[in-house]
Formats: sequence, C-alpha cells, structure tokens
Amino acid sequence: MELSGIDRTVIGADSAPSSQSGDNAFAPTATKSKLGARGLQLLSWLAPVVLVVIWEWLAQAGWLSPHVLPAPSKVIRTAFKLAATGTLLNDLGVSLLRAAAGFAIGAAVGGALGILVGFSRVAEAAIDRSVQMIRAIPFLAALPLVIVWLGVGETQKIFLVALGVTFPIYINTVLGIRQVDPKLLELGRVQGLSSLQLIRRIILPGALPSILTGVRYALATAWLALVVAETIGAQSGIGFLAMDAREFLRTDVIVLTIVIYALIGVAADGIARFLERRLLAWHPNYGAAR
Amino acid sequence: MNAHVARLSTASFETGPAVVVSNLVRSYGSRVVIEKLNLRIERGEFVALLGESGCGKTTLLRALAGLDSIQGGRIVAPRRPAVVFQEHRLLPWDSLWRNVSLGLQVPDARERAAEALTEVGLGDRLDDWPRNLSGGQAQRVALARALVQQPELLLLDEPFAALDALTRIRMHELVRELVTNHQPGVLLVTHDVDEAIALADRILVMRHGAIAFEHRVVRGASAPISRSELLGELGVNSHSTH
Ligand SMILES: Nc1ncnc2c1ncn2[C@@H]1O[C@H](COP(=O)(O)OP(=O)(O)OP(=O)(O)O)[C@@H](O)[C@H]1O
Ligand SMILES: [Mg+2]
Repeated sequence: MELSGIDRTVIGADSAPSSQSGDNAFAPTATKSKLGARGLQLLSWLAPVVLVVIWEWLAQAGWLSPHVLPAPSKVIRTAFKLAATGTLLNDLGVSLLRAAAGFAIGAAVGGALGILVGFSRVAEAAIDRSVQMIRAIPFLAALPLVIVWLGVGETQKIFLVALGVTFPIYINTVLGIRQVDPKLLELGRVQGLSSLQLIRRIILPGALPSILTGVRYALATAWLALVVAETIGAQSGIGFLAMDAREFLRTDVIVLTIVIYALIGVAADGIARFLERRLLAWHPNYGAAR
Repeated sequence: MNAHVARLSTASFETGPAVVVSNLVRSYGSRVVIEKLNLRIERGEFVALLGESGCGKTTLLRALAGLDSIQGGRIVAPRRPAVVFQEHRLLPWDSLWRNVSLGLQVPDARERAAEALTEVGLGDRLDDWPRNLSGGQAQRVALARALVQQPELLLLDEPFAALDALTRIRMHELVRELVTNHQPGVLLVTHDVDEAIALADRILVMRHGAIAFEHRVVRGASAPISRSELLGELGVNSHSTH
C-alpha cells in the first residue's frame, strides 16, 4: 500500500494553519479573532456617532448657520417641546393612520388580484398585461392626475399610498404561487388532498416567502408615497409639520420630521423582519435554528 | 383502445390482489414507453422492479399511482396507493407530524402520526422541522407518511438511492419489518440488484416496455438467484463488473 504521501496532508486539530502562516496576520480570520464580533459591532456604530458629534461641534462653534442645519441638540429640544404641546404625537398619529389605511387597501387589492391571477390562467390572460402596463408608470408620476381626480384631501393621500402598495404585493403573490414546487403539488395529490386543502397546506405556505418579500417592498413604497402625498396640501401630519416649518425657516423642525420619517422606515422594516421570522420559522434563510 | 383505471374502495379489496394491470399502454406523444404490460401483485407480496435507465419503470409506477393518464389497457388498483418518491418531498413548512398526517382524515391525526414516526424510529421528533433531518431520516419520515395511510398498495421509486450503504441496509431492515406488519402489496423500483434480492418475494426485469423476466425468490432456499444471472438479464456482463 502506498500511503507514504498521505500523512503529510493530514490536518489535525493541533496542526492547524498556524504552523506555516507567520506572515498571515492580516488575513480576515486574524482580524476577526482580535476584535471579536462585539468589537466589530461597536466599530460599526462608531462612525455615525462621530459624525453627529462633529455636526454638534460645528454648530456650537458657529461654523454651521442654524438656517442651514441646526445642532442635533437643538433638534432634540424641539422634539420635546413639540411633544409637550401634543402636536407632534397628533401629527404622527394622522400620518401613521393614512399609511395604515392605504397599506390595507393596497394589500387587499394586490393580494386578491395576485391570488386570482396566480391560480387561473384565464385571469392571467385577462388581467396581467394591463397590470404590468400600469406598473411601468412610476406611481408618483400619476400624482398630478390623482390630484385632479381627488383634490388634495385625505382620499388623495390614502389612494396614493394604496397605489404604491398594490403592485409589489400583486407581483410577488403571483410569483410566489407560480413558484410552488410542482413535486410538492403532486405529493398533495398522491396524499388525496382536495383543491382547498392543496391551497391551504401547500400553495399558500409555499408562496409565503415571496408574499412577505412583497410586503417588505410595499412598506417601503407606502412610506415614500406618504412623504410625497403629505408634502402637498396637507392640513395635518408629519409632512404638514415640515411644510409649515419651511414657511418660517424652522430648520430644526424640518430636520426633526426627516428623522421621524427615517424612524418610521426603520420601524416598518422591523415589522417586516418580525413577520418573516415568525411566519417563516421553517425556512433555513429566516428562522432561527432549533 | 379502451384505457381504463378502476379505483376500488377499501372494502371491496379486502381479499383480492393489491393491483392488477392488463395490457397497459403508456406513451408520450407518439413515443410508446409501455406496451402491453401485464402485472399482478398480491397483498403482502413484495415485488422489485429492475430495468435499465429509461426503460419506463417510473412511468409504470406513476400510472399505477394514478398520476398520469394511460393510453390503453386496464389498471385495477386501490383508490389511493401510497407513494414514496426518490426525493423525500416533505413540506418544509410543516412539522414532522403534520407532514406524516398530510391527507389523513381522522380526528386523532397527531396520535396516528406519532405512532408511525415511532415505528420508523423518530418518535421523539414530532414537532421538529424537516430541514433538521439527515437524508436517511427524511426518507424514513416519507415512509411513515406512506404507511400511516394503511395502503393496500405501496409504490416505492428508488427511495434509498440517495442514501449511503450503511443507512440503506438499515432502511432495508426497517422496510421489511414494516411491510411484514402492514401487509400491503409493494412495488419497489430499484437499480440495486442486491437490494432486490434482499427485499423482494418476486423480481421483475423490464425491457422494451414490458416485463421481460420474472423470478420468484424462495426464502431459505439453498441457492437464491445469483447476482450474475440477474445482471445478465439487465444486459450487463457480470464478469466485467467485479
Ligand atoms: N414527461 C415526459 N415526456 C416525454 N418523455 C418522457 C417523459 N417522462 C419520461 N419520458 C421518457 O419515457 C422513458 C421512460 O422514462 P422513465 O422515467 O419511466 O424511465 P425509468 O425506467 O424510470 O429510468 P430511470 O431508471 O433512469 O429512472 C424515457 O425514455 C424517458 O425519456
Ligand atoms: Mg425512474
């Protein structure tokens, strides 16, 4: 037997790379072992914190005009002031309500159309091309038309959000249903499932990852639609707060509204992630291993 | 031609054969894959089906399972034969017991699934996800899912092909035991001659769309069929394979 060459390539627990890699200190693994996961986490937060501190310092030193950018501390004080008078929470509530109503309507329409087209080739022939053509329009380009139709009241705002939400939900629902593994559908038939059971046990769960991706996109567009809709002719809401502040050059309030929009975006993303973790616990890409 | 698949209810099938196929014709377009095939499997009988790749074994099994339409002849089979495919085909979004009880219309589905999973040695994993299973374990769950239906006819399409030799031997023991307990008629499609000899009461070789060779295995007989004879039937020169 010729095993002579083999023992040289054996890698044991204690003959690990270290033996020949003295000049290997800059390899990714080496960096990782020095800083650790927590160190990297801290480092990733360091840059934004430093930026804010520099911003504050520039503002305090008077190098940054308050009309261009107010100091972060000033924005925080403004937030507390507005919160104390109750206007901030009120406007936030109005904005969130608009977003929720628009999202619910858009998701219902997009989901219903998606299920219809996903299951029926006839419905696909009848509906899909029209939807795809409308989808080619950036939905914000329809804004002037929407204002002509609906004015600048609540309906216009909710409609715009719903419009932005409908398409991502529709597309991902159709895609999800179409992508269900035909082998699993065949198994369902072998096990004697009825059509309804087939939908409930195999098609909808199989389409769920794609549908939730649609929800994630839809949350992002809903929030964009909300910003645009509220910038035009609003009497309340975060967008109104920003436009009102613009009249009086209150950059501190404007920056505050931008921050609030950002926080809403982060929260929406958090909700989407939470849904994915809960509903896709079985999925190797989402669920925590047990 | 009068193609006909009769699906009989459980009651009328209590004593008869598990499946009877007469003059089966199955074609894809103009290409005839199965031509005038006859086959009869008794309840409790274990039949292994060999044949070179592409000769139509899976096609026959799918016809028996009622998954494809047939172009001629007659199949008399139970309404719902159980099938184990080459891949486990577990639903990744359902726990093991939900997978095993898929399509089971009884109030105590969970208990039944638990019993079946215990039989295949996974009684402690009821609420686990399929993705946490090894290949052999997943295939065992697929077997439990087939057996929990208490089928009169069990169709197995190379269910162990993807497993390592050791796991495969364990699966053989398990399958023999389960089949002895439940007494369904079994059709096992396999490429493994040794597997066929180890498991089957009867070995069939398929060629040119029909059953070309049949051998009844006599357990405990001094000389069971030799590998080389079977390999010869499969068109392999046995001397060159060793
Ligand atoms: N959907 C299909 N459409 C057309 N021809 C098909 C289809 N499925 C199978 N065939 C053909 O039918 C023949 C038999 O295929 P089948 O899958 O039954 O072979 P098999 O005996 O199971 O082979 P293997 O041992 O490789 O699994 C092959 O020639 C194959 O090309
Ligand atoms: Mg096959």
